[in-house]
Amino acid sequence: MTGTSTQRMPKISLRGVKKRFGPKVVLDGVDLDVDDGESMVIIGGSGTGKSVLIKCILGILTPDEGSIKVGGVEATRLRGKERQAFLEKFGMLFQGAALFDSLPVWENVCFGLLAEKRIRRKEARDLAVEILRQVGLEADVANLSPAELSGGMQKRVGLARAIAAKPEIIFFDEPTTGLDPIMADVINSLIVDCVQDLGSTTITITHDMASVRKIADKVGMLYKGKMIWTGPKSEIDSSGNEYVDQFIHGRAEGPIHMDILKL
Amino acid sequence: MNFLGLIGRVMLTFLATAGRLGIFTVNSVSHCLRPPFFIRHIGSQMINIGYYSLPVVGLTALFTGAVLALQIYEGGSRFNAESAVAGIVVIGFVRELGPVLGGLMVAGRVSAAMAAEIGTMRVTEQIDALTTLATDPFKYLIAPRLIAATLMLPCLVLVADVIGVAGGFILSTDKLGFNPGAYLKTTVDYLEYDDVMSSLVKAGVFGFIIALMGCYHGYHSRGGAQGVGVATTNAVVSASILILMSNYVVTELFFSQ
Ligand SMILES: Nc1ncnc2c1ncn2[C@@H]1O[C@H](COP(=O)(O)OP(=O)(O)OP(=O)(O)O)[C@@H](O)[C@H]1O
Ligand SMILES: [Mg+2]
Repeated sequence: MTGTSTQRMPKISLRGVKKRFGPKVVLDGVDLDVDDGESMVIIGGSGTGKSVLIKCILGILTPDEGSIKVGGVEATRLRGKERQAFLEKFGMLFQGAALFDSLPVWENVCFGLLAEKRIRRKEARDLAVEILRQVGLEADVANLSPAELSGGMQKRVGLARAIAAKPEIIFFDEPTTGLDPIMADVINSLIVDCVQDLGSTTITITHDMASVRKIADKVGMLYKGKMIWTGPKSEIDSSGNEYVDQFIHGRAEGPIHMDILKL
Repeated sequence: MNFLGLIGRVMLTFLATAGRLGIFTVNSVSHCLRPPFFIRHIGSQMINIGYYSLPVVGLTALFTGAVLALQIYEGGSRFNAESAVAGIVVIGFVRELGPVLGGLMVAGRVSAAMAAEIGTMRVTEQIDALTTLATDPFKYLIAPRLIAATLMLPCLVLVADVIGVAGGFILSTDKLGFNPGAYLKTTVDYLEYDDVMSSLVKAGVFGFIIALMGCYHGYHSRGGAQGVGVATTNAVVSASILILMSNYVVTELFFSQ
């Protein structure tokens, strides 16, 4: 990988990605470029298809139309071994944590490494404890089952699992939802570290403007199935886009209408 | 007009489901045959399916064997055929009742559990998480269950056959006054290699069906707790029906010369 070639190729590149569920159009031609080692943050209202978008990149959902390139390779057509190798580049924190409830926490954290046989079971526990420390969890959590954890703790275990294999690309779906402000800041710093130390490319979905300001290199806003604005973090306050303005200030009045029955 | 549309829709749904099941089956079997194998998972599934189903299957077999002996004795006495009890019990049980009842009991227990477990993993995105951790859910979840069920059902049914015949034996010698030695001799004389073979083959087929239905319905479940409930019901019902249908097919293959 030559990161400094003259013709810069984005690490992740989406063109015209469309996805619908039955009659409901969720993504309606999304374009997105994320450069190598960049931290992209996607904001947007609840139910606008942010989670669907990153699931399309991972191939968990198949887009109806459009092209998704990761490292220059068309991801939507990969099968078998190639797809396996493709997925090994990724780490993903699911919005609902999605921990394997039949396995103890430490096995959850090291699942990817064990599956790829990069470590032995004996070493896995110690490594898991170390990674759990990074997300602010004590060593005794390692032996618990996911059902015995609080929601925020599950989220942090999910985060530990996502970063355990030190992947090239990491997706965080609402990493700080359900955490107290202090822990949220710890997690934000951890994501920044992932980008800076591991050189990972990350896409983070969040509603939390503090996160946006802390971790983003670039920000994109998804609205009605399209990326209506993308730009560097520094321009977010002067975007001149009234949708973005309304979102970052959390105003009820503005071009984005919430369909709520007024009493 | 509307009626034709309805027929068309039902037909299309049926074909779509058949196609989906076909692809699922081919995919699952191909993963059962190709390494890597998750030996630990196969082992724990074997214990779960084989060992923990023993009480259910054993009790069913014991009482059914006893009832069979009693019925044949009572019914047979109308045309002086009481002496046929031992022979009919062993053939009836080994050929039919052992595998079918064993299969149905295990279907209720295991298909439902598999559908609920895999279905919950589906709706809580655990299956998606598996995929993103570069682990094929077919390899990790489905192949071990299929292998374990296909191997363990013959063992279970063998045990059921023995217990069922023993149930008939206990009732006949204890209540109907048969001579134990003579009863056992008739049992052994009547039993043929083909009877046992068909019993085991049926059991293997049923085991495959049980795991396949549990996994299929779980894997394709959607929509939260209610979806998982529907998947569980569908798994048990479809496994039971397919067991009875395939029972006919295997019987036909074995015994219709
Ligand atoms: N598997 C699915 N089947 C049908 N519809 C779906 C499915 N997944 C998502 N949707 C629909 O797609 C839309 C976008 O969902 P998505 O989960 O991407 O929202 P989101 O932007 O992540 O929202 P939030 O911020 O609340 O997590 C929703 O309206 C949802 O109803
Ligand atoms: Mg979401």
